[in-house]
Amino acid sequence: MNEIATVRDVVAIVLVLAGAFLCLTAGLGLLRFHDVLTRMHAGTKPQVLGILLIMVAGAIRLQGWSAIWMLLLVAAFQMLTAPVSAHMISRVAYRRRHVRRDLLLVDEIRSGESVDRVYRGDEPADAPPEQPAASLRASRREDQAPSGGSPRAGE
Amino acid sequence: MTAVYWAAYAMLGGGALLTLVRLALGPSLLDRVVATDVLLVIISAGLAVYAALARDPTVVPVLVVVSLLAFVGSVSVARYIGGMLVHAPAADDRGEEGR
Amino acid sequence: MTVEPARSALGHQLRHQLPLLVWLVLVWNLLWGTWSWANLLSGIVVALAVTLLLPLPPVVGGTHLHPVGLVVFLGYFFLDLVRSAALVAWQTIRPGGIGRSAIIRVQLRTDSDLLLTIVAESLTLVPGSVVIDMDRERRTLSIHVLHVRNLEDVERRRAAVLAEEERVVRAFGSADEIAALAHAPGEAPTGTGRRTP
Repeated sequence: MNEIATVRDVVAIVLVLAGAFLCLTAGLGLLRFHDVLTRMHAGTKPQVLGILLIMVAGAIRLQGWSAIWMLLLVAAFQMLTAPVSAHMISRVAYRRRHVRRDLLLVDEIRSGESVDRVYRGDEPADAPPEQPAASLRASRREDQAPSGGSPRAGE
Repeated sequence: MTAVYWAAYAMLGGGALLTLVRLALGPSLLDRVVATDVLLVIISAGLAVYAALARDPTVVPVLVVVSLLAFVGSVSVARYIGGMLVHAPAADDRGEEGR
Repeated sequence: MTVEPARSALGHQLRHQLPLLVWLVLVWNLLWGTWSWANLLSGIVVALAVTLLLPLPPVVGGTHLHPVGLVVFLGYFFLDLVRSAALVAWQTIRPGGIGRSAIIRVQLRTDSDLLLTIVAESLTLVPGSVVIDMDRERRTLSIHVLHVRNLEDVERRRAAVLAEEERVVRAFGSADEIAALAHAPGEAPTGTGRRTP
């Protein structure tokens, strides 16, 4: 019985350390990566695997079912909500042209031929465009040109 | 056990510190949203580490609240920024479209 | 006479939202942490109030669970999770920094809201790929993938996305949807295929 307890403790400690290490690399990646989309990859990492590992460690160490059920609930919430917020943020990031296009190998949303004249450069996402209506019309025209006008998928 | 405490909290603290740097530097609002999201996740990871190492289940309900709060916060900011892009100009664009 | 359609509509709505109700009651009980009849009853009341006051559009189609497919899907999912988390972590700490990324557009074969949602969620959960946009009509996902070196890598990632879709459909899809996997992505049997440019 005692040995089993120590094995469980060692497993829990390893899981905790691995999860904490993933959180550290998330901070590092957030600092080192170039644009919002790549930083988003660094951000989803602790949110999914790191917190999952630490939750498993907590479930191993804690006694009493109520805490374990609640940890399970937190893990389920994280796995349900993390993709949604990641998707929403990265979609807005792409639409606001807050992407380092020069670091993209392939961009199949707008593949090459359409000149990016709506927003120039890599403006901060919270800077409003100079002429919102005109730039929106231009971007709609760009959207409709290759495809024959599909409605925007978001709204 | 003390060494484990120190190692885990050092890594979590380092990650939180780096995230704070990105939060301060972040050239755009979206970078800051991502950084805040990660910071809240690291905070909840720290709470979970405490619960696991000290065998103390009192902070577990806080985890539920923090994880849901992170989601609601980042989604609402993302919707806000997206609204600035899509909805605001759509009002004076409507006359031209005709349908 | 006029009450009858309304009541059947309400029943229809309730039957469609039964999984949501069960999930809400489950969450309520898990949040309380203990099992008791009072928690169950109050959970049912709260779940009914939530679903009636804040109605959601019903999920068309429903799931068909295939146990073997589900096990395969979950196994690959967790394997992918661990492998790509390790990969992204290595890219953050290695001195060379990250490589280039890419935005790829993948034509999917399935045409169900629920399955597309599961595919997109599981793709985004795995570090290294984030779904940016989704064209529901043309059934394409736009995915930002990290660390591609050349065009072969791009094709490999695209094949990985299609394999993920196949696992999801084999785990949750109906017989028709599994049969639709055999078709090539472009020639959809429903006729809503691509327009000529």
